[in-house]
Amino acid sequence: MSPKRSRFLFSSLCFGLAFLYIPMVLLIFYSFNHSRIVPIWGGFSLRWYKVLFQSEDVWAATALSFKIAFVNASFAMALGTLAGLALVRFGRFRGRTLFTGMITAPLVMPEVITGLSLLLLFIGLQGLIGWPAERGFTTITIAHITFSMAYVAVIVQSRLTGMSEDLEEAASDLGARPFRVLLDITLPRLAPGMLAGWLLAFTLSLDDLVIASFTTGPGSNTLPILIYSRIRLGLRPDINALATIIILAITTGVIIFGWIMLRQQRQREREMQQAALS
Amino acid sequence: MVERLQASWKLLVVLVPYIWLLIFFLAPFFMVLKISLAELRIASPPFTPMFGTDEAGATIIRLLFDNFRYLWEDSLYLNTYLNSLKISTSSTILCLLIGYPIAYAIVRSTPTVRNILLLLIILPFWTSFLLRVYAWMGLLADQGTINDLLIWLGIVDSPVRMLYTEFAVYVGIVYTYLPFMILPLYANMEKLDISLLEAASDLGARPVTTFLTVVLPLTVPGIVAGSLLVFIPATGEYVIPDLLGGGNVLMIGRVLYNEFNANTDWPVASAVAIVLLLLLVLPMMLYQHFQSKAAG
Amino acid sequence: MTTESHHTLSHQPWLDPEEKPFIRIQGVTKQFGAFVAVDSVDLDIYKGELFALLGGSGCGKTTLLRMIAGFESPTSGRIVIDGEDMQDVPPYERPVNMMFQSYALFPHMTVEQNVAYGLKRDGVAREEIRTRVDAMLEMVELAAFRKRKPHQLSGGQKQRVALARSLVKNPKVLLLDEPLGALDKRLREQTQYELMNIQDQLGVTFIVVTHDQEEAMTLSTRIAVMDHGWFQQIGTPTEIYEFPESRFVADFIGSANMFEGRVAGHDGDVASIDVEGLPEPLKAEHTASLREGMQVWLAVRPEKMRIATEPFDDSSLNSIRGSVEDIGYYGDSSTYRIRVNPGMRLEITHPNLRRPRDGRHVADWDETVYIGWVPEAGVVLTR
Repeated sequence: MSPKRSRFLFSSLCFGLAFLYIPMVLLIFYSFNHSRIVPIWGGFSLRWYKVLFQSEDVWAATALSFKIAFVNASFAMALGTLAGLALVRFGRFRGRTLFTGMITAPLVMPEVITGLSLLLLFIGLQGLIGWPAERGFTTITIAHITFSMAYVAVIVQSRLTGMSEDLEEAASDLGARPFRVLLDITLPRLAPGMLAGWLLAFTLSLDDLVIASFTTGPGSNTLPILIYSRIRLGLRPDINALATIIILAITTGVIIFGWIMLRQQRQREREMQQAALS
Repeated sequence: MVERLQASWKLLVVLVPYIWLLIFFLAPFFMVLKISLAELRIASPPFTPMFGTDEAGATIIRLLFDNFRYLWEDSLYLNTYLNSLKISTSSTILCLLIGYPIAYAIVRSTPTVRNILLLLIILPFWTSFLLRVYAWMGLLADQGTINDLLIWLGIVDSPVRMLYTEFAVYVGIVYTYLPFMILPLYANMEKLDISLLEAASDLGARPVTTFLTVVLPLTVPGIVAGSLLVFIPATGEYVIPDLLGGGNVLMIGRVLYNEFNANTDWPVASAVAIVLLLLLVLPMMLYQHFQSKAAG
Repeated sequence: MTTESHHTLSHQPWLDPEEKPFIRIQGVTKQFGAFVAVDSVDLDIYKGELFALLGGSGCGKTTLLRMIAGFESPTSGRIVIDGEDMQDVPPYERPVNMMFQSYALFPHMTVEQNVAYGLKRDGVAREEIRTRVDAMLEMVELAAFRKRKPHQLSGGQKQRVALARSLVKNPKVLLLDEPLGALDKRLREQTQYELMNIQDQLGVTFIVVTHDQEEAMTLSTRIAVMDHGWFQQIGTPTEIYEFPESRFVADFIGSANMFEGRVAGHDGDVASIDVEGLPEPLKAEHTASLREGMQVWLAVRPEKMRIATEPFDDSSLNSIRGSVEDIGYYGDSSTYRIRVNPGMRLEITHPNLRRPRDGRHVADWDETVYIGWVPEAGVVLTR
């Protein structure tokens, strides 16, 4: 690679990373600002963290968001794994094209459309069968599962496509019935993908504003809904504090997770090298 | 017997997610379609039923295309659609121009550096989207960081208005969707065999020629996937135009949201959604086509 | 049948009309869409055989193996194992086990767990599982590696785990898909003999799929040469090599010089064959029924031809004059490429019995030479 081109690549990389990270760094920086007006520095202070921790709304919204995210991630993982299995391992079945379409569409569907259509469905169902009686936890969770399961299905699908069926066939050859093969071989091999899917579904749910806004009802504020209602009117230092906590928590989580994965991979590579040498 | 048992649990595996999606993904669209063909009324629900009875008591189906005619005739909607497409198209191109060299730089770095860079690109994707948009509000505001910096440097005397302009919307979209462009590009480039570049250079191609004749054609799938992943959601974006564009930037996602929540005109909101979906159905099918091709 | 007659024929059970085949493949066809992978084949395999399915990629050998294992079901025809029709028997209930080309070891289980997996599925008692797994690991010399995971093993060790895992259930038939394909050349030769020993010890019927003709020749009791979904020839390694029945087999197993010509006449079981471009007809011993004027091919192996710089005295030999075009030196032998006429080139393999004198081999480049062979050396082919 010529030095000139490499310099171009290097500077675009630096620009890209600066572009991605400077806003977040500033966001964190201003959370320690004493002043009420965000961009004007009024000295270091933890004042807004205190305000934040004393706010019952924030606690309630956080609890609701986590509850939704947890239930959503678990359901989405189960349904998405089933969908991924069906897509890769069952060959052709009737209605497969529609199924594939319904799996991939939520990945790119504009949120306003998903949100609007689900809300109209819930209202329609309410009129028809009286369920859901009120909108909130249940309706938001259902809406989240519907789009998160697509992400899980895509992860599971791509992992399954990369796996040859040799192992399943070997198990079957050794006397394992199909369900046993699923339990003993397929699911353990899919476990890392399912875990990744669970985490993704969890974060997607925590992050979602638009779909939750459509499908929520009075009094059920998720964390994004709460944040949004406050920042619509301008900058708020307590939101900076909240953002700082969220960003740091997620960053720590991702880094620890990545580090564990990397360590496992290294360990495995070392063992493989040793085995090849012996 | 064994075959049937086997078939029955396989059926269950397909049916559970299938039924879920039929009820909570497909059925809702028919609701939207149905309501888009109804008429606004002051009642609950605020639209006329599709099946009614005429004076003689016979069941009639009422399909009204008034809402769609209204969208066509009111220049506000037409302009909003066009403006949305303009903003999402330009943002996609910007993302591509910024993201491509970044993805290429990541692929060309050593494995350890590559892992760290990838983590740095993915990390914002995991952190809250809403908060990342919010971060830009602080940067772009009249008394925001950028204006402070410009005034301090003496480049301008008074704050430049950036927040609540179309510029801010562009910044916000490019910022939040950049990882969606970089990751598919990276995945595509990673598969690119480095010996191809060496072969091209061995055969006398200069770096620029190698790039144009070998790298670029082979990364078309990544470019298409990344572009669609930015273009489709950006077209229907609601949060970014609302927070960064304020009332000055017309984007269809925002109009839809307001039509529904502020004006409670469900039939028009539904019609807006249907037209948006029709606009995006082609790119969405294209994306699906590329996805299934990549899956093999 | 007396034990004695059984004993005398035990090496070649397929010649004994009273011996019952252990595996019967009858008119089996497998289609994938419009593609016919296996085209109505019949095959009988006997107990204790080490049978090789040999062919190039896409010839249908793996598909046939997978049908015996039960992973594919035949489009038509039947597979019978030990008297039982396998039509509705799923893979997990068949008395056969398979060793996969990729070995297919379960990556999340230890060596021990891999080997025990099949026994557990059969509900074998824990104590018995342990003794059988121990014995098996002992046999493949992996007792010390029992707690390792597959990724901690070398290629050869993995191969042995795979073998142990498929043998521990005492299958009636062991199917091996390219068992040596993933090993390097030296390990391969060693493993080949290990496989033969194990087969001999346990008396299990082996069916081996391979694309490697040398492997098939050394390993097996009989070989089926497959091409385009059907058997070109089934026979012992010697039969296949010395008496190929078709041009395909003659060419696929080893190499052969092929003369195309017409039957000019008979003299007992020696036919004379007119070949265009050659001054004299070629003499060849044959068993096929030949008519005069019939189109035939005469195949002669390169090592069965002689090369000399002087004409041969013996008039019973077939003799052709040509010039040396190329010499390939392999150390133990040399291959000479002889140009007979513009449209005909022959290959002769000559053992290097002596060291070349003054750097000179039997013949030199562009030298005029004589090629000769006895009438018994060639094989007359009609297809």
